[in-house]
Amino acid sequence: MATQEIALPAVREPSASLMERLHGLVITVDHKKLGLMYIGTALGFLVVAGLMAVGIRLQLAVPVNKLLEPDVFNRFFTMHGTSMVFLVGMPIIAGLGNYLVPLMIGTRDMAFPRLNAFGYWMFLFGGLLLYFSYLGAPGLAGHGSAPDVGWFAYAPLTARAFSRGTSTDYWILSLLLTSVGSTVSAINVIATTIALRCPGMKLMRMPLLVWLMLVTNFMILLALPGLSGAQIMLLIDRYPGGHFFDTQAGGSAVIWQHFFWIFGHPEVYILMIPAFACLSEIIPVFSRKPIFGYPIMVGATAMIGLISVSVWAHHMFSVGMTSVGNTFFAISTFLVAIPTGIKIFNWLGTMYGGRIRFELPMLFCIAFLFQFLIAGLTGVMLAVVPFNWQLTDSYFVVAHFHYTLVGAFLFGIFAGFYYWYPKAVGRFLDPRLGLWHFWLFVIGFHLTFDTLHFAGFLGMPRRIFTYDAGRGWDTLNFIATVGALCQATAILVLAINIVRSAKKGRLAGNDPWDAWTLEWSTNSPPPDYNFATMPTVRSRRPLWDLKHPEDPDWKYE
Amino acid sequence: MRLSLYANQRTLRAVIVFAFSLFCFIGFGHVEPAFGKNDGVTNIFRPLSQPAQEIKETSFLVLLVCAVIFIVVAGLLIYAIVRFRHRAGDEASEPPQVYGSNQIELAWTVLPILVVFVLILVTSRTIADIQNRKAPPGAVQATVVGHQWWWEIRYPELGIVTANELHVPASTGDKRRPAFLKLQSADVAHSFWVPQFAGKTDLIPNKENRMWFEPTKPGTYLGNCAEYCGTQHARMLIRVVVQTPEEFDRWVRDQQQATSVATNVADSRKAFFANSCVNCHTIRGTSAQGKFGPDLTHLMSREMLAGGVVPNTADNLRLWLRDPQKIKVGCLMPNMQMTDTEVDEIVAYLQTLK
Repeated sequence: MATQEIALPAVREPSASLMERLHGLVITVDHKKLGLMYIGTALGFLVVAGLMAVGIRLQLAVPVNKLLEPDVFNRFFTMHGTSMVFLVGMPIIAGLGNYLVPLMIGTRDMAFPRLNAFGYWMFLFGGLLLYFSYLGAPGLAGHGSAPDVGWFAYAPLTARAFSRGTSTDYWILSLLLTSVGSTVSAINVIATTIALRCPGMKLMRMPLLVWLMLVTNFMILLALPGLSGAQIMLLIDRYPGGHFFDTQAGGSAVIWQHFFWIFGHPEVYILMIPAFACLSEIIPVFSRKPIFGYPIMVGATAMIGLISVSVWAHHMFSVGMTSVGNTFFAISTFLVAIPTGIKIFNWLGTMYGGRIRFELPMLFCIAFLFQFLIAGLTGVMLAVVPFNWQLTDSYFVVAHFHYTLVGAFLFGIFAGFYYWYPKAVGRFLDPRLGLWHFWLFVIGFHLTFDTLHFAGFLGMPRRIFTYDAGRGWDTLNFIATVGALCQATAILVLAINIVRSAKKGRLAGNDPWDAWTLEWSTNSPPPDYNFATMPTVRSRRPLWDLKHPEDPDWKYE
Repeated sequence: MRLSLYANQRTLRAVIVFAFSLFCFIGFGHVEPAFGKNDGVTNIFRPLSQPAQEIKETSFLVLLVCAVIFIVVAGLLIYAIVRFRHRAGDEASEPPQVYGSNQIELAWTVLPILVVFVLILVTSRTIADIQNRKAPPGAVQATVVGHQWWWEIRYPELGIVTANELHVPASTGDKRRPAFLKLQSADVAHSFWVPQFAGKTDLIPNKENRMWFEPTKPGTYLGNCAEYCGTQHARMLIRVVVQTPEEFDRWVRDQQQATSVATNVADSRKAFFANSCVNCHTIRGTSAQGKFGPDLTHLMSREMLAGGVVPNTADNLRLWLRDPQKIKVGCLMPNMQMTDTEVDEIVAYLQTLK
């Protein structure tokens, strides 16, 4: 029968010295430690890249501001974008996958624990290398420092003629390193999911999070080579003197854009699907109902994965493709809205008829739903090519993708933090500080990003370090900056909460949310071996079966 | 024990109402100026030319569809959240466990497909209409070449070369004179965007793009480079000067003339040609034939300097020549280290380039 509670008392490590603990982190191959290290490091980069965003917003708060030099500003938005995608988003999903997948499928570790540790260290040193460029990329006298070519580094701005010094090389090499990390981590999650499920855990009995992680990691394997290949070509252009993107010698600047977005658009879904995964676990538990239409959710995710590799050129409607090309990519982009819509409806269907408990994880999920709805609809607007000609590369696009990556991705991840923190640490995050975090972040988020849509309507292009007064952008930008400060305060509250609650939070116990998946059947925090005996499952909700022997799920599946 | 944040339902409601009103308040505050009348504001919803007009109409349809979807879905969400919220006494039992429904899934798959189908039709039609437009006889043909961080503007048929300020005639009811642009780049990728006239089209090296617009109202309209192109991307501004057909023709005649050599500025002329200005700048009819910087033949006919950064006045010219990096840091014109006398002489010469 289902799972067995572990009768052992919570394991308390004898207090180790700081050096011993650090040494422990360096040598560990434990999926839980590595998962938390991924997430902790990502949070560190989130703070750094977030501070850069605050710098950007302060510079733009008033017209003709002299706070930041143009080059400093350009480096900030390049490093902000690059960090948020590669050093925050990617490691957070690797961390969630690492931490949760083995626990949810009832196994003791990942398939390749050493590879797992290798992936983490590649990511960490890749990230440090990127930031080392601030010190180590002086280039020609007076040029260089951090990369300043934008996170998608359009050719030929990255050619040596236009990007002197070595800053672009730092961008290329550090991302190649983190890509190696992401790739091995993806292989690991896939292998674990396919090979190490506990007895009875058929594919269609896996928790949705595991399914979605599987899809997302397949997409990583599919998408990342596009970027890595292009980056290697760019290196060949820059040093041995290749001409892939060298327009002066017959190369093509547009090919870079294709390569980049063949990676870049699936990347958006690679980030979004793990957030969907968190929602698909949290909404059912706090609505007290199973997820509505489980097989449809799996299918819709797979559809999103498939369609999202055919939409890349919707980032390129203004580069002068033919009308046929533009129409094709408009159609594929509209199509991806359908499975995405199905997901929203299924979450709604899960809440409908439930008894919704407004705990913090659920609050973040509810905010996610509204914000993701808007992000999806502005996405539909951007798929309308003629409208896109107006909106692309304007602040509307900035607002749109921050709605998806902050309003949806980050909110989903925060929901996950509040939900699984008691499992990982054994204590709740403080709910009062949590509420402050939530409301400050929601209000700050809307102040900033609602506003910026309108700046886009009024013709404000993205990535400008300054603007003249009198173009109708002043008030909007000022409000956006106030919102950014509000969000920064919220993150500070979260950081305080994470640190404080680790020591002082209320004890959580094994199953604080009355949830249904296997990770809640073991101790909080789980022991090194996860499960004392290998669990056996008969349905998608093994703990429901255990708690409701009179009405188990396996009767209906 | 269950963690309850909102023991008091009234607090929950108050918080929601407060957040919602704040949201509406902020929203209204923003929509108002965006749609109100504002001169100098490049509002894409106040188009002054095709195809921006046609894009606006398509956009409004899309905005309407999206607004309806938002109201329906958000309404359902709010209903579910309020109606099915946890109430005191619910702890005792779990709600009915519903696993899904294929009919409902089918319904909410088919409905979006229908909406998407309509949007695809509208989109393809507008794309084809705008992108495949042919230049009618009488159209003004110009070539815009993007440079870090200024615009070179050529009228090959008229033999004119200028910079940063594109002059086009206004179309009138009986005489249509749309502008058809060829877009090229001399260095990195740029994007030409005058929001009230048309959407963006990129200027990409080693690739020629096309775009068109057809303004009807004389005036000066602003735009920006909309593709990040390096340090001074922010200050690569476009001005489109729309003139009545007669004014435009007069402007063309003026521009076609080679520069007049004013005898009283012979000294200043010498200062210009003795310095390395000629390596980068062209003044037609003289030995200055540089191609790297903007053509200066009729410099004084332009409103602005340095890619739209400062007004074209004697004082600004002087400041610019003394140290361009002070006005536009990072720009590709170096500080020529000239003496004050040289600067004054060159400014005097430049001011004859009417």
